[in-house]
Amino acid sequence: MNKTVYIPKDFSASAMGVDKVLAEFYKEINKRQIEVEIIRTGSFGICWLEPLITIDVNGVRIAYGPVEESDVASLLDANILSGGEHPLKIGPVSDIDYIKNQERLIFHRAGFTDPLSISDYQQHGGFKGLQRALEIGSKAILDEVINSGLRGRGGAAFPTGIKWKTVYDTDVDQKFIVCNADEGDSGTFSDRMVMESDPYLLLEGMIIAGIAVGATMAYIYLRVEYPLSAEVLGNAVQLLYEKGMLGKNILGSDICFDVEIRIGAGAYICGEETSLLESLEGKRGEVRFKPPLPAIKGLFNKPTVVNNVVTLASVPVILEKGGAYYKDYGMGRSRGTLPFQLAGNIKQGGLVEKAFGLSLNEILYDFGGGSASGRPIRTVQVGGPLGAYIPESQFDTLLDYETFAQIGAMLGHGGIVVFDETVNMANMARYAMEFCAIESCGKCTPCRIGSTRGTEIIDKILSGENTELNLNLLDDLSTTMRDASLCAMGGLTPYPVMSAIKHFPEDFNI
Amino acid sequence: MDDKPLNALKIPQKLFDEYQNLPGALLPLLHAVQGAIGYIPDDAVPEIAKNLNLSRAEVHGVISFYHYFRTSPPGRVRIQLCRAEACQAMDSASLEQHVKSSLNIDYHQTTADGTYSLEPVYCLGNCACTPSIMINDQIYGQVSPQSFDNILSDLTIVEKDQG
Repeated sequence: MNKTVYIPKDFSASAMGVDKVLAEFYKEINKRQIEVEIIRTGSFGICWLEPLITIDVNGVRIAYGPVEESDVASLLDANILSGGEHPLKIGPVSDIDYIKNQERLIFHRAGFTDPLSISDYQQHGGFKGLQRALEIGSKAILDEVINSGLRGRGGAAFPTGIKWKTVYDTDVDQKFIVCNADEGDSGTFSDRMVMESDPYLLLEGMIIAGIAVGATMAYIYLRVEYPLSAEVLGNAVQLLYEKGMLGKNILGSDICFDVEIRIGAGAYICGEETSLLESLEGKRGEVRFKPPLPAIKGLFNKPTVVNNVVTLASVPVILEKGGAYYKDYGMGRSRGTLPFQLAGNIKQGGLVEKAFGLSLNEILYDFGGGSASGRPIRTVQVGGPLGAYIPESQFDTLLDYETFAQIGAMLGHGGIVVFDETVNMANMARYAMEFCAIESCGKCTPCRIGSTRGTEIIDKILSGENTELNLNLLDDLSTTMRDASLCAMGGLTPYPVMSAIKHFPEDFNI
Repeated sequence: MDDKPLNALKIPQKLFDEYQNLPGALLPLLHAVQGAIGYIPDDAVPEIAKNLNLSRAEVHGVISFYHYFRTSPPGRVRIQLCRAEACQAMDSASLEQHVKSSLNIDYHQTTADGTYSLEPVYCLGNCACTPSIMINDQIYGQVSPQSFDNILSDLTIVEKDQG
């Protein structure tokens, strides 16, 4: 049997030089005239060890990393194809604490499989959820999803089953499934990892959603900043069509389901669902008034399910193992697992899928290993650029939607950006307003004008101009933006700003 | 309608034929035009509008709304530098300063010789290995001022090799 080297094909691994490592492997294999197969896999999400390569030794995947181009010759000299010793040897992937201590319901295949191999996907449990969905039909699928307690993973945490039921209950000829793959929040990459490491999982979830609500057409709105996701997902869609798992009469059933990928154009606001729908219709991505909800009048005025990538990727396991199984994970009203993303100034950054309910401390220190710089962690921003800054005194907060809301913060998409003590929080507050000014769609005044005025006011505070008066003004402006903006962009921008002032007044010269 | 400017810029008619009947065709068509010639020339706007049965104002409005669409030719090497929080946490500000001063351009500008364009980007999804930049479609992580210089000199060597 040929020996196999598994090398990730993932955006982050690519950023860390995996393409050069791959080329070097080919070169060395050729030179040595040895029989070795190279399989491109997804990523395990252990980003701090990328490029991380693995070898199959008697059915166990042995990891080596981080591998540089210059390590390849010595790795082959050390006989890694049989699991040989080398300074970069880590041991079995599944024994790495970072992986072992996770609860991977969604990401259990990532890194192990070839993302585009349908047989790999099936051998590792793929399409079991779809199979059951085809057997039990719409109403029973809705029951499972409602019972699972799954809430939207894009940030708003709206109950997915309720959204689906609303679309199911509308009686019209055409309905749509729209997958929101416009993952624009800084510190988040779990959507990208689903698309690059396990694209069939997303597509399986989308087909199940289609069966549940009676939709036959789906769009994936994918951000242009993810060219590798576009490539992998595009190939995956194509291969499913060839297999008869997309298109007419899926797997011989009477279900028809088409999927089309549409590429965004660099507008952060298009991650907001109504703006995304406008963009899909070929217009400026301006936010719509709600109501009507997209579930009633969405894409091209038809009832539309708009779900985030991870939300849809959570559906197959719910169908396969039942809503009750999924609901067993988590705490309070946050059921199931969330793929947290450790980002920024963190020693062991990457993807950590865990049931809701662990503390920030656990994820930052047990998984993350503290800051990358070695200096104390001063603050974290959770939930993207619209999330509050949380001080160290609150690191015992449990990762749960409601617990976060209680401290004026937001769990959002589960991205955690870590800053060490060198951060200047006044700069971060100013940046939050500036970002809102750059990315506002411009439809409502509080967001469009408020963000620009907010940037100016913070500049005045920083230059010591009428500090008290300007702080009051900023507080006033924040209240207006929060309460009067049309969507979360203007509505939540005050959170990072005001939390920075509240917890780190010394950075504002107050 | 005079289609001379289009011929001059070689926007193939087949692009219009391909996208004309697609629901919500404007963004896919703009991507195709920019993919074919590198940007969306002002001269192309009336023709795009005519083919999709839109007003010129609508087409212009969409082009100007989205950061990705550009109305002037890009440099041969398109550098996108991430300005978002996860990169800032790893001192992307120093990298930003270095890139701007070594290329002697600001954001949204192209070097005088037409080689480099510099654009800000708000998250490349490589947030565990920051700061990040993207050069054309290749992403780079943990970029320091020093490694940025190395990346550029590697690119220059490749370009020379390819003649």
